[in-house]
Amino acid sequence: MRELEYEAIVIGAGAAGMAAALRIAEGGFRVALVDREDHLGGILMQCIHNGFGLHWFKQELTGPEFAERLAEKVVAAGIDIFLNTTVMDFSVSNGVKTLIACNSEQGVIQFNARAVVLAMGCRERNRGNIGIPGTRPAGIFTAGLAQRLINVDGYVPGKRVVIIGSGDIGLIMARRLSWVGAKVLAVVEILPHPSGITRNIVQCLHDFNIPLYLSHIVSRIEGKDRVEAVTITPLEGGTPEHSKSFRIECDTVLLSVGLIPENELSKKAGVTIGHDTGGPKVDAHLMTSAEGVFACGNVLHVHDLVDFVADESTRCGGYVVDYLRDQIGEEKQGAVTAGANVRYVVPHRYVPGRDTHFSLRSIIVKDRGTLLIKRQGAVIKKKTVQHVKPAEMIYFKMRGSDLPATEGDPAPLEIALE
Amino acid sequence: MKKDVFDVAIIGAGAVGASILRRLSAYDLKLALLEKCTDVCFGVSKANSGIIHAGFHHPVTSLKARLEIRGNLMFDQLQHELGFPFKRVGIIVAAFSYEEMKTVEQLYEQGVANGVPLIEVCGRERLLMLEPKLNPDTVGGLYAPTGGIIEPYRYVFALVESAKQNGAEVKTDFEVVSAKHNDNVYTITSSRKEKIQARHVINSAGLFADEVSAIFGGEVFTITPRKGEEYLLERNAAGFPNHVIFPVPSRVSKGILVIPTVEGTMMVGPTAIEVNDKDDSETSSDNLDKVFAQAMYMIPVISKREIITSFAGSRATMPGNDFYIGISKSAPHFIQVAGIQSPGLTASPAIGEYVKDLLKQDGLRLTEKTDYEPFIPHETCVRELSPAALDEKVKEDPLYGHMVCRCESVSEAEIVEAIRKGHTTLDGIKFYTRAGMGRCQGGFCSYRVMKIIARETGRPIEEITKRGGGSRLLLGKIPVESGARPSPKPKKKSVKYA
Repeated sequence: MRELEYEAIVIGAGAAGMAAALRIAEGGFRVALVDREDHLGGILMQCIHNGFGLHWFKQELTGPEFAERLAEKVVAAGIDIFLNTTVMDFSVSNGVKTLIACNSEQGVIQFNARAVVLAMGCRERNRGNIGIPGTRPAGIFTAGLAQRLINVDGYVPGKRVVIIGSGDIGLIMARRLSWVGAKVLAVVEILPHPSGITRNIVQCLHDFNIPLYLSHIVSRIEGKDRVEAVTITPLEGGTPEHSKSFRIECDTVLLSVGLIPENELSKKAGVTIGHDTGGPKVDAHLMTSAEGVFACGNVLHVHDLVDFVADESTRCGGYVVDYLRDQIGEEKQGAVTAGANVRYVVPHRYVPGRDTHFSLRSIIVKDRGTLLIKRQGAVIKKKTVQHVKPAEMIYFKMRGSDLPATEGDPAPLEIALE
Repeated sequence: MKKDVFDVAIIGAGAVGASILRRLSAYDLKLALLEKCTDVCFGVSKANSGIIHAGFHHPVTSLKARLEIRGNLMFDQLQHELGFPFKRVGIIVAAFSYEEMKTVEQLYEQGVANGVPLIEVCGRERLLMLEPKLNPDTVGGLYAPTGGIIEPYRYVFALVESAKQNGAEVKTDFEVVSAKHNDNVYTITSSRKEKIQARHVINSAGLFADEVSAIFGGEVFTITPRKGEEYLLERNAAGFPNHVIFPVPSRVSKGILVIPTVEGTMMVGPTAIEVNDKDDSETSSDNLDKVFAQAMYMIPVISKREIITSFAGSRATMPGNDFYIGISKSAPHFIQVAGIQSPGLTASPAIGEYVKDLLKQDGLRLTEKTDYEPFIPHETCVRELSPAALDEKVKEDPLYGHMVCRCESVSEAEIVEAIRKGHTTLDGIKFYTRAGMGRCQGGFCSYRVMKIIARETGRPIEEITKRGGGSRLLLGKIPVESGARPSPKPKKKSVKYA
């Protein structure tokens, strides 16, 4: 069993892991990038549609193009890359972080490092998570799995498809399936508004004349061997109105019902997970409850644009560099909490007087909303946000000058929407 | 021709059929196990709760109680020989009223009469000490430390593997549709027109035992499916108990249980609802609510948020509420092993023993094999290895270093091994290796498993199924042109917001 020492290890080589590793390498530190897949780029490699990179590269790219640009830099930076390598265990003891990983060629590797970046991304919620009743035939896929089968492997998972959930991957797949000759019969969304971003509703459903049923659920899946039909039921006043149910014959059901940050490894190292995001609780330096363990990208909270992932992760890499240089001081941090109409805010702490980027998600839908940043009962800053909706993450920067120090310990900051 | 005649053909490869097969494989006999599904343990046994009952639920006069107690005691030796996951975690019956405590007393008396070892009636304090997550409103209950948990499919796979190693033949996709008895030999025909011959036939066809009996001219009876829905919760679930927790039973069922599975996930269920369709494996939202209401009454910290999947299967019930095991009076050399519902899994090794004796009574000559091998090779499970041991394994076979299923840590080597053992469907691989059984439910690994099946079996990937028959997973290949040059043809710009 070999043992390897690094100053930092990044787990996961998707957009988040690559961006963080790059920044750490630029800081002059020895960093290893570990991923269980056989390629850099993570899930981007199966996202062959465009719309990536508008903010980060100022250019419209496909997923693989976006990944390739980052990957080229990662390779050029001389970062040690471990592909096909699964991290199986993670522990922290006396400040040393130990990862047990494994691959076919080198066997088991023990990595020791001063800092670790969690960048494992997320997984898709599945049928069991949302409890769709009915039988369990073949032909039920998560949207991401279907995407992989079509875009990477070249197979058609189904011919007549009903998509449950209007998340972005589901919408993208509605279009993709139409292109490969499948008939998408319905997209069924439990909420009264779409879960995906507007661009995808227009380009993937409207343009293909695919009906979207809002405030509807799939109340039953039928089929013995393969899916044969689903029953769709409208919600009235929040409860299913079974008398108005209708049935659609289909051979495939796709699920696009949300993503869950993949934090099983984080939990092994004792990292505290927030109930609001499903990701680790992080301070102003994106450091988790375990000292020297950082988190960025979808493992921290689910993003809708990879550009924001890259931005957040680059900053995370910068904090790791500060940490390795012993430049993360003892400065006091104040709590950040989600106020009215806000589901969550990341990070969960801030440092007064310093520029801070906040990511948050709304609970409400509003054409023109106002962000209220409150402290000690007073609104210290207001910001207008267009097209507020739960599907679109709000990402903004607060200037340090707008966050002056308070007397004594930093006062808690509350971010609300109205 | 005579050489090809099987001494015994067993119909149905569930826990019962597999136990009988494995027991008989210790003798010089030519044996066949016939199964209508694509793999063994694909019927109701795969939806079994996996409880090894202690033996206090049934009256001493019943055959059930006798075989249950005997079967329970056989599991340590079986696990030693076959290596399937099994733990005697103990069973607790929790009472929430003094009325229920009276039933607990009766269960205790019954258990003592049946010979259940170490059984005890507990007061509230003792029960809460044993099971701190229990609702503190409990007034006491029963504790039976010999109760246990098992992975039902791993048990059946191991039994079948052991029997095969000792010369038994297993024929899957063999649905018995007709049988003729001539010259003391049955000729049995499958739906695919395959024929085999056998001198003795055992009907352990579970839900379909009534239909199989009719095919052979055996007794007329009716199997009524009684469906049970179960919910599986993720590893490290908040409500994971120390013991299997039972409510005080009703007349028809043992109630909704909270089960700490051997592999670390947690299960709640099953319901007990009589249905008409033997293949009915639907789950419903009403029952989900009922199951959780009852489970959470016993252990309040159980959370629906931790559900990873649900499933259902039906118990094969018969009037009379006892097992129906005996030599047929109307069909020659035909043994009925029917109505084996709970505690069928617990009783299964004892049923194997019992049926062996019935065969002897029916004139079958039993000669012990001199080269009978009770042990099967222990399968390597990467998730059970220490880092150093895994490192050694990877040197032996690099495929142990390639994780296919991240949630349950299943390596490519384990998948390949399962395929070589004949499990060539996605579900077969899942039940054998646990790949796809974890929190993501195959979201990340199923395409990898499909590719490995295709590679190892040499079959096109489009032919790979979930569980045989018409359960194909992919419905086509993308023509090169359409994949290369997608051309959207937007129709009129309207959308239906229903």
